[in-house]
Amino acid sequence: MAECEKITVQERLKDAAKSLGIPRLIIFGFLALLFVAALFLKLDIASLFSNVLTRLGMNGILVLAMVPTMQVGMGPNFGLPLGITCGLVAATLAIELNLVGWTAFVFALGVAIPLGGLAGYAYGLLLNKLKGEEMTVGTYFGFSIVSLMSIFWAMAPYKSPEMIWPYGGSGLRVTISLAGRYDKILDKFMSFSIGGIVIPTGLLLFFALCCFLMWVFMRTRTGIAMTVVGNNARFAESIGLNVNKNRLLGSTISGALGAVGIIIYSQSYGFLQLYQAPLFMAFFAVGSILIGGASINHALIRHVVIGTFLFQALLVTSLPVANLLVSENLSEVIRIIISNGIILYALSRKEQGGEAK
Amino acid sequence: MSDMKETPTIKEDFDLQKQLKNNAVPIMFVIICSIGCYYARLPWPFLINEIITRMARNSFLVISLIIPIIAGMGLNFGIVLGAMAAQFALIAVVLFELQGVAALLVTIILMLPMAIFFGWMTGALFNMTRGKEMITGIILSFFANGVYQLICLWVLGAIIPIKNPAVMLPSGVGLRNTINLKPLHYVLDRMFELQYGMIRIPVVTFLVILLLCVGMHFLLKTKLGQDFRAVGQSQHIAGVSGINVDKTRIIAIVLSTILAAMGQVIFLQNLGILTTYGSHVQVGTFAVAAILVGGASVSKATIPQALLGTLLFHTLFIVSPLAGKNLLGSPQVGEFFRVFIAYGVIGVALALHAWKGRGK
Repeated sequence: MAECEKITVQERLKDAAKSLGIPRLIIFGFLALLFVAALFLKLDIASLFSNVLTRLGMNGILVLAMVPTMQVGMGPNFGLPLGITCGLVAATLAIELNLVGWTAFVFALGVAIPLGGLAGYAYGLLLNKLKGEEMTVGTYFGFSIVSLMSIFWAMAPYKSPEMIWPYGGSGLRVTISLAGRYDKILDKFMSFSIGGIVIPTGLLLFFALCCFLMWVFMRTRTGIAMTVVGNNARFAESIGLNVNKNRLLGSTISGALGAVGIIIYSQSYGFLQLYQAPLFMAFFAVGSILIGGASINHALIRHVVIGTFLFQALLVTSLPVANLLVSENLSEVIRIIISNGIILYALSRKEQGGEAK
Repeated sequence: MSDMKETPTIKEDFDLQKQLKNNAVPIMFVIICSIGCYYARLPWPFLINEIITRMARNSFLVISLIIPIIAGMGLNFGIVLGAMAAQFALIAVVLFELQGVAALLVTIILMLPMAIFFGWMTGALFNMTRGKEMITGIILSFFANGVYQLICLWVLGAIIPIKNPAVMLPSGVGLRNTINLKPLHYVLDRMFELQYGMIRIPVVTFLVILLLCVGMHFLLKTKLGQDFRAVGQSQHIAGVSGINVDKTRIIAIVLSTILAAMGQVIFLQNLGILTTYGSHVQVGTFAVAAILVGGASVSKATIPQALLGTLLFHTLFIVSPLAGKNLLGSPQVGEFFRVFIAYGVIGVALALHAWKGRGK
């Protein structure tokens, strides 16, 4: 296993050095260092790997949601909490209707996709009036939605005893357990283990399916049109593409993916997190895709997979290593520094192509 | 951001409709605050005392946002770094076991170089991300918060050995969640204060704020102040006419960061307690929301707007939990509502700014 890791690291080092260099190089180096430290500290490498794989599938779709908006030139979707809350509404509805297992999961997805899409569409309408300021407005729009939805969670007339506070009163709990509903339903689907490494087959297959669909979509006529709009809006307009329509499409898909993403995330995590939990999720997703090598207005599936893997691997390995070496839980801090550091780096790079408005 | 200055209105006649439209945001908040005050049913002296306390506590921080706005860099979310500089200085002063005015002076002396350094770094970064200053500031504040936590949780204690049980966690590594600032508590506020029944007026603090307002007023009339305006109007024209644009922008941010650091010292000497991992986090958001509530925009801000905004925003802060409880039966909802207002007002203001800017 160690050898396999070495080869990928070497390949990636070359690749990273060639394409965008320093930040990914540093992160790979750091990851390799952590890995070596983990070996020396005799940590359970198998469980580390299982963790990384699970987290890859768990977070992957939220990161994938960044691709359509970045490709169409709207920048990373900092308004992701909008899609996330739609997904949470769908997930809580499934519990409220007392659905169990696959029915609940499929129902949640079935509600989440149109709901997230619709929200994304409305958000796109707003952003079409604010070209060039999508990131700033999106950040605060996302924050506002999270606080507005907090009021919703606190007042919504849900009845299911699994979700409301046990001592009565109105409103939903902060975290809702999915045990007995669809806890780890994808993770356990066709799951098996090799040498102690648990492979969450269903989860990874679902992530791969989403990536594949996105990959195919970006190669269709519509997908290429979106990329053209993202590369140079003026040029796109001159050849007869409707810039606003394409941007709306990007925002819609991103919203729907955000909604799906949180359902996948929560089934793997085992809990629905309401209220303030989605507040910073967008930043970690943006950080992930940028670590993968994307730039503000250019993102590929490859960037999603590499980025999510790197970011999660870093978190998973750094936690136990840091625990043993410095006896402090610095995982959250490292997460904040890395994701925001990489966003800053991406912001400070000169954008290529026309900044048409 | 630079070319998005609002054009001054040519017609100077008093036009009620236009006045209402231009001041829509403050007027709306006056109405919301009045409703809130009515439903909160707080006794008037208590409410007035709270408002005075919060005005003294927060005005300085809000005013620190003005210079970057004039210099065309938008809302400086990076003032969080100034707050961090202040907190590092305060922690040091607690460690030195200083008291009273001496402690305050040492805090300021320690804080200044840090604030200048952070401001210079922020300004340099903003020059690299020209046109995206605000999103950079937002992300920078999160990033800096991560680094701050790393320093306070681990570097202090593990690398820099500090042995003071009042400040350090029992394990000896990392700072406590709350640090008592007793030696500095009310050092400005109670230096000289007037008292009418329940209402206490911290005269010295208000004098400091007044001094800042007057100083700012005159600064904006100097060559430097004109340079800020010129750069804010158009970086290109300013550059052609011989102003060092990059340097002026950095100076604007450095000044803003220093003022924010000073503001945070005033804020914390009033509270008397430092929430090590929390006091600075919302500084940027709340200050920005306050100045916007006062009617400022991304490209235009004045001192009266900053003061009015502080008044309205913090009145809302005081009354919303109680109003929420009395209106909707849950103080939590009032709490969420005021956070929503803070974020929402920033979101709407930024959206309006982008919308207007597109017309050009």
